[in-house]
Amino acid sequence: MSAGEWFGATVVEPADENETASILRSANDTGQAVIPAGGGTKLDWGNPPRKADILLSVRRMNRVIEHAWADLTVTVEAGCTIAELQRTLAEHGQRLAVDPLWPERATVGGILATNDSGALRLAFGALRDLIIGVTLVLADGTIAMSGGKVVKNVAGYDLPKLATGSLGTLGVITRAVFRLHPLPRNARTLTIAATDANDMQRIILAILGARLAVTAVQVRPGNEVDVLLEGTEDGIAAQEAVIREIGTVREGSPAVWKAREELWGDAPIVKFTTLPSRISAASAAFSRFVIQATGIGYAQFRGDLQGLRETMEQDGGSLAVLGKSDVDAWGNAGDALPLMRAVKTQFDPKKTLNPGRFVGGI
Amino acid sequence: MSPETLEELRRILGPHGLISSPEEIKTYECDGLTNFRVVPSAVVLPDSADQVQAVVCVCHRERIPFVARGSGTGLSGGALPVKGGIVIGLARMKRILEVDLPNARIVVEPGVINLEVTGRVAAADFFYAPDPSSQSVCSIGGNVAENSGGAHCLKYGFTTTHVLGLEVVLPDGSLVHMGGKTLDAPGYDLAGVFVGSEGTLGIATKITLRIVKRPECVRTLLAAFNSPTEAGAAVSGIIAAGMLPAAIEMMDNLAIQAAEAAVHANYPNCGGLLLVELDGPVAEVDALMAHVDQICRQNGAWEIRVAQSDAERALVWKGRKAAFAAMGRISPNYIVQDGVIPRTALPQILSEIEQLSIETGLRVANVFHAGDGNLHPLVLYDRRIAGQEKAAEKLSERILELCIEKGGSITGEHGVGEEKKHMMSKMFAEPDLQTMHRVRCAFDPLQLSNPTKVFPRPRMCGETPGEYVAHPLEIAGIAERF
Repeated sequence: MSAGEWFGATVVEPADENETASILRSANDTGQAVIPAGGGTKLDWGNPPRKADILLSVRRMNRVIEHAWADLTVTVEAGCTIAELQRTLAEHGQRLAVDPLWPERATVGGILATNDSGALRLAFGALRDLIIGVTLVLADGTIAMSGGKVVKNVAGYDLPKLATGSLGTLGVITRAVFRLHPLPRNARTLTIAATDANDMQRIILAILGARLAVTAVQVRPGNEVDVLLEGTEDGIAAQEAVIREIGTVREGSPAVWKAREELWGDAPIVKFTTLPSRISAASAAFSRFVIQATGIGYAQFRGDLQGLRETMEQDGGSLAVLGKSDVDAWGNAGDALPLMRAVKTQFDPKKTLNPGRFVGGI
Repeated sequence: MSPETLEELRRILGPHGLISSPEEIKTYECDGLTNFRVVPSAVVLPDSADQVQAVVCVCHRERIPFVARGSGTGLSGGALPVKGGIVIGLARMKRILEVDLPNARIVVEPGVINLEVTGRVAAADFFYAPDPSSQSVCSIGGNVAENSGGAHCLKYGFTTTHVLGLEVVLPDGSLVHMGGKTLDAPGYDLAGVFVGSEGTLGIATKITLRIVKRPECVRTLLAAFNSPTEAGAAVSGIIAAGMLPAAIEMMDNLAIQAAEAAVHANYPNCGGLLLVELDGPVAEVDALMAHVDQICRQNGAWEIRVAQSDAERALVWKGRKAAFAAMGRISPNYIVQDGVIPRTALPQILSEIEQLSIETGLRVANVFHAGDGNLHPLVLYDRRIAGQEKAAEKLSERILELCIEKGGSITGEHGVGEEKKHMMSKMFAEPDLQTMHRVRCAFDPLQLSNPTKVFPRPRMCGETPGEYVAHPLEIAGIAERF
C-alpha cells in the first residue's frame, strides 16, 4: 500500500476502513506515528508533529456513498474533494452549505479535521452544525460509528462534533454524513465602502441587527463590507433596499468570497476570533485580512505573534497560526486542557496519531 | 448515606438547601416519565456554582452517585434518581447573568426557564430558537443535558447549535470552561460533546447562548389532506422545490381529535393535517408561501388556511404543542414515543404502525416533525385492563425497531435516559458504544454523574493512575472491570 514518501514518512493509501484499521493497529503496536491526510492542503497547520513515520492518505476513499436528496442528507467518504461532492449534490439542486479553502483539492476529512468552514457560517452554521454522522478509525484499529443519517438524533454522545476540529488526533475520519441545504434560487453580492473603521463596525452591526436573512458578511481592507444575499428575486430586492439605507452600496463580484484564499503567500497566516462588535478593533492589527461577521478573521501577520495573541485573548478571543511559525500554533486552551488530554488518552493512549500537533502538546 | 455526610451537605447548602425528609423527597422520585421511580437518599438545591462544586466534591470523595435535575419535564427518565444517590436540583440557579444584544449572546444559569430567555430579549426583537413543547416550564440546564429540539429545529437547529460556551462542574468537582462567547476556542469541541450527554459528564452551571434576531415576518399555513401519505407527498414536494421552512408539522386524525377536544384549535377534521411555517423577509415569504400553497393543492389538500395574525398563529400552534397532553382526553393512559426515520420512509412506517395497531388492538396517534422525520407516535392504552400496559410498551418498542431498520434513530429529542438504554445496542454496534464509553471515562472515570443512564449495560473505565478504588457498581456485583 506504500505510495511514496513525505518528509521521510511512508505514504500509505488504504482502500477502505478495514485497511485503515489494520494500518493503524500495526503502527500503534509498533510505536510508529501516523499523520492522517486528505488533499494535503493544510498539512502544515498545527504544530509540527513530534514524530512522523506514516502519512495515511484517505484519498482513495473518495466515493459519495448516498445522496438521499429527498431527505436532505449525504453520506460521503473522507477522501472526496469538496468540489466533487458539491458537483454531485448540485445534480439535485443541493449543496453542503460550507465554503472552505481550496475546494478543488480540500477533502471532506480534511475540512472536518481542521474545522475549516467559511463566510457561509453566518447563515448555516459551521461544520459542527452540518455533520450528523461520522465513522472514525481509532489508533487501536477500532472502527466506530456515531450519530447517524437522520438530521435529528440525540442517541449517544455526539462524536461527530468531537471529531470536527480535532486535527486527526483522536482517530482517522473515514466517512461522514451531512445535512444539506437547497442551492439558492438566486444570489447577489453587494459591497459597501465604509468611510472608516468605525463606520465599518457600525455597518456590520446594523446588518446583523436588522431583520434580514443575509447569507454571509465579511470585511476586507479599505473598510469594504461584502454582503451575500440569496433567495427569490423579490426577497433579494427587498433586502437590498434595506441595506441601501445602511450604507453606500455597489454591486459586488462573487469573486470577493475567495479573498480568504488570496491571503496565502509568504507571510504567516493567523486565524483569530473576536466578538462581532470588536471586528474593527481587531482589524487594526493587520493590513491584509478577511474578517467574517461571525467574528472569525484570517490575516497575514509579520511581527510579534505572541504579543498579538495575548491582546486577542485578553479581549475574549483567540489566535491560531495556520502554517509554520516560531510560536505555538494554538495558544491558551484554558482550564479544560487537562480534560482534553484525558480525552486524547482514552482515544489514543500511545499517542500514535499526529503526536504534538494539537493544543497543549496533544 | 451517613449522618455525617448529610450534615456536611447541610453545612454547604444551609438549612433550606437540603431535603431529606421522606415525604418531601418523594417529589423527586421521577421526572416526566412517571413509570420509573426511585427515591434518592437526599435532594440538594444549590443556588450557586460554588455550592454545586462543593456538593460534587463530597460525592466524589464519598463515591456517592448524583443526578442533576432541572424542571423534571424530561420524557426519557434522564433525571430519574439513582438508588443511594443524591439529586442535585438546579431550579434555584435561575439568574440571567448577562445580555449582550450587539453580539446576540446571553449568559444564563441552568435553572432559567427556556421561554424566559426569549422573554428577556423579545423587546429588542430577539428570540431563543430551540422551542421544545415544554418550553414554558423546562429549564435551559435540562435542554443542554438532552440537546432539546422543538418544532423549529428544521431551520434553526437544536440546543447544541445555540450553546456557545459552558461552565461545567466535572464529576471530580473541578470547574472547567468549554467554548466561550467567541467561536472556535482552541482545542476539542467539548461543549459539543457535553450538550446532549444527558447529565452523564458533569453539571453545567453557566451557559452562554446564542439568540436570534426575529425574522421580519412569520406565516403559518394549515393544509388538510385525506391521509398522512398525501401530506407526506406535499412535504417531499416542498423540499424538492428547494425550500427550507422554519417548521413542518403533521398530525393524523386521532391526534387532531385529541387536540380539538383539549384546546379547540379549530383544526379541519381530516386524515392528515400539515402545518408549514415560513419566516424571513416579507417579500421572500410571500413568494414562497404561494409556492407551498400550490404544492399542497397538487398533492390533494382540500382546505388551506394561512394564519395572518400572531393570535391566529398562536392558536394553530397551541393545538400542536398540546398534542401530547391532549391524549388524556381520548385515552386513560398513553406512551409518548420519539423515533426518527429518514423522512422519505414516512408512508411506509405509517402503514406498518397501522398494521401493528390492528394486530394489537391498541390505537396509535401520530404527531410528527415532518420536515426532519422525527415521529412522536402516541400509543394509547388503559392500565386497568390486564396486560395492556405491557402490550403498549412492546408496541412502542417495536416502532423504535422499525425506525432503526429504516436507518433512523431511537430518539430525536427526548434522549435515551433510562427508558431506551436497552435499545442502544440495537442502534449501535459494540465498538461504537465502546468508543462513546471512552468519552465517559475521560470525563467521569468513577461514573458518578448520572450513572446507569444512556448506555445499555454498566461498564468500567480502565485503571486510573493512583490508588485502586472499587466502584459502587463493582461492589454491588452489577459491573466488572476490564
